[in-house]
Amino acid sequence: MSAQHPERHGWSEEEVAREVAELETKSATAARLFDIRRIIGGLFVVYGVIVTITGLTDSDAAIDKAEGININLWTGLGMLLLGLFFLAWLKLRPTAPPPPDITAEEEPAQH
Amino acid sequence: MQTPTDPAYLAAELRLPTNWLDYTILAIYFVVVLGIGFAARRSVKTSLDFFLSGRSLPAWVTGLAFIAANLGATEILGMAANSAQYGVYTTHWYWIGAIPAMVFLGLVMMPFYYGSKVRSVPEFLLLRFDRAAHLLSSILFACAAILIAGVNLYALAIVVEALLGWPQWVAIVVAGFFVLAYITLGGLSSAIYNEVLQFFVILAALIPITVLGLKKVGGWDGLSDSLSASHGDNFMTAWGGTGIGSDNPLGANWLTIVLGLGFVLSFGYWTTNFAEVQRALSAKNLSAAQRTPLIAAFPKIFIVFLVMIPGLVAAVLVPKIGTSGSDLQYNDAIPYLMEQLLPNGVLGIAVTGLLAAFMAGMAANVSSFNTVFTTDIWAKYVKTGREDAYYVRFGRLITAIGVLASIGTAFLASSFSNIMAYLQTLFSFFNVPMFVVFIIGMFWKRASVKSGFWGLIAGTTVAMLNYFWIYKQGVIDIPSDQGANFVSAIAGFVAGAVVMVAVSLFTAPKPTAELQGLVYGTRSPGMSEPPAEGDDAWYRKPALLGWGAVILAAACYIPFSF
Repeated sequence: MSAQHPERHGWSEEEVAREVAELETKSATAARLFDIRRIIGGLFVVYGVIVTITGLTDSDAAIDKAEGININLWTGLGMLLLGLFFLAWLKLRPTAPPPPDITAEEEPAQH
Repeated sequence: MQTPTDPAYLAAELRLPTNWLDYTILAIYFVVVLGIGFAARRSVKTSLDFFLSGRSLPAWVTGLAFIAANLGATEILGMAANSAQYGVYTTHWYWIGAIPAMVFLGLVMMPFYYGSKVRSVPEFLLLRFDRAAHLLSSILFACAAILIAGVNLYALAIVVEALLGWPQWVAIVVAGFFVLAYITLGGLSSAIYNEVLQFFVILAALIPITVLGLKKVGGWDGLSDSLSASHGDNFMTAWGGTGIGSDNPLGANWLTIVLGLGFVLSFGYWTTNFAEVQRALSAKNLSAAQRTPLIAAFPKIFIVFLVMIPGLVAAVLVPKIGTSGSDLQYNDAIPYLMEQLLPNGVLGIAVTGLLAAFMAGMAANVSSFNTVFTTDIWAKYVKTGREDAYYVRFGRLITAIGVLASIGTAFLASSFSNIMAYLQTLFSFFNVPMFVVFIIGMFWKRASVKSGFWGLIAGTTVAMLNYFWIYKQGVIDIPSDQGANFVSAIAGFVAGAVVMVAVSLFTAPKPTAELQGLVYGTRSPGMSEPPAEGDDAWYRKPALLGWGAVILAAACYIPFSF
């Protein structure tokens, strides 16, 4: 880092580029951040099931309110499908395993 | 983009018939939001992880976050209101007011932003111009971000009070707490992940409202016929009545729409607002960064239907909406349809979507505020050269301070809502000069080091003078706030450009060696990285995506133009 030149910390293009490049080699996001597809898939499957069941058991009053459409059923099925889509995508294209040089603590990666 | 109408007025009698099922759906969402924060925590090791997700996210994630950061609830309620008031003119905010700017950001500007490895928009100004321009833009951005976060929070409190009956302070404190928790824990990664999730929940909320609303008024034809009969033919067209000198409710003509909204205002917002650009800077490589706004452009083209149709339906069902003859304001369009049409279950999804949108609108501002305050103000002018872990700790601290400050501005807004609206307008004038300075700095090598600062000052001053003096004092007659905004933006742009050119002619240019990768026609090492594996596929080519979006948006105008 710019320990020898603290007064020039990040003032020029080379300084910024060097600082960010160095941080990038130490960054842990790529290796440790979970895959959001799992969360979207999980939440929408849960929501889909809840709303679909609501639709299946809805009273006539609820259906009349929604212009005669069983909107809970359709929305629930739609959300369920979206959730399953994300889970299937995750299954078919899993997150790439992190390159070994990043998982090693503090070692600057050399490409 | 600035929301055209003030979301702060909702009729009090719109209490939704929520039950335990709706609250369960809402509670699940809050648990997941916190869970994302906790799970993202272990990925934060460096300041780059905390502020920019380590520049490692895939394009579809950053792209959806890019659109969701803009799809706050003030946008959703505001654009529906806009449609109930002005009709199909609303499409301009999307097809000409967003798509060209997003494509320009992705195709032209992103190589300079991402390739120079800057961590924020002000940092780019530091490299291209000088400390004065950098410090001015950093401080103004930080203030604006806190203010807008507070306005979002206040709007949330109003809506939640009307719809669910919670007292305002409860809503403000609860929403503030959740945003604080997940950003402090997981930094930008958790903000972005929550935005992606929110995007889908919002769609799940808006699609049923749109479908049921259309059914209620007899489909698109029924909608179109009743509104043409009650509001005139121009109400259902995009360009009808926008000839120069002719009269329309928007108070704007085709020239001010194209130049003011389409060029200056939207380019200013989409290409230099750090709350948006930050999402693209967190992408994993240059190709992904370029594709971020381009992927966002496609949903943006169609989202207009999901906010415009509910607004139009409300205008049919409540013919007097927004006038003194009705208790309902324009902003009530979507809440009104929720109350009328949605049964419990989907109602819970819609309430969740609305709350999620408010929180995301606030979180986008808080997560960009903490980055600018830490890397641009604190690390460069106050405590320089500390070890990296110090800046991560400071980033967490300033996030907490930022959220507390926005809770403060939210309470302030509740007592001075007019002043807040003025302040928001004022800050919107800052985006425009910022864009002039960027565009001239990026395309004209000769633009001197000092011209950046003076361009910012001149553009902001002139835009404000035009709005507060020429328009508000009635020196020139402009029929509406929106029309005046467009004109102010054009005036600010021209003034900023003239001053920059003048200052450049009399001051020293930056040495060419220091402009590599910052000015059009030069290159930096970061711009020549080879495409990653798979990024050379035809459907991932930025040029194809970008031009595809422009052509699609233009084609969308055709059915609404004749």
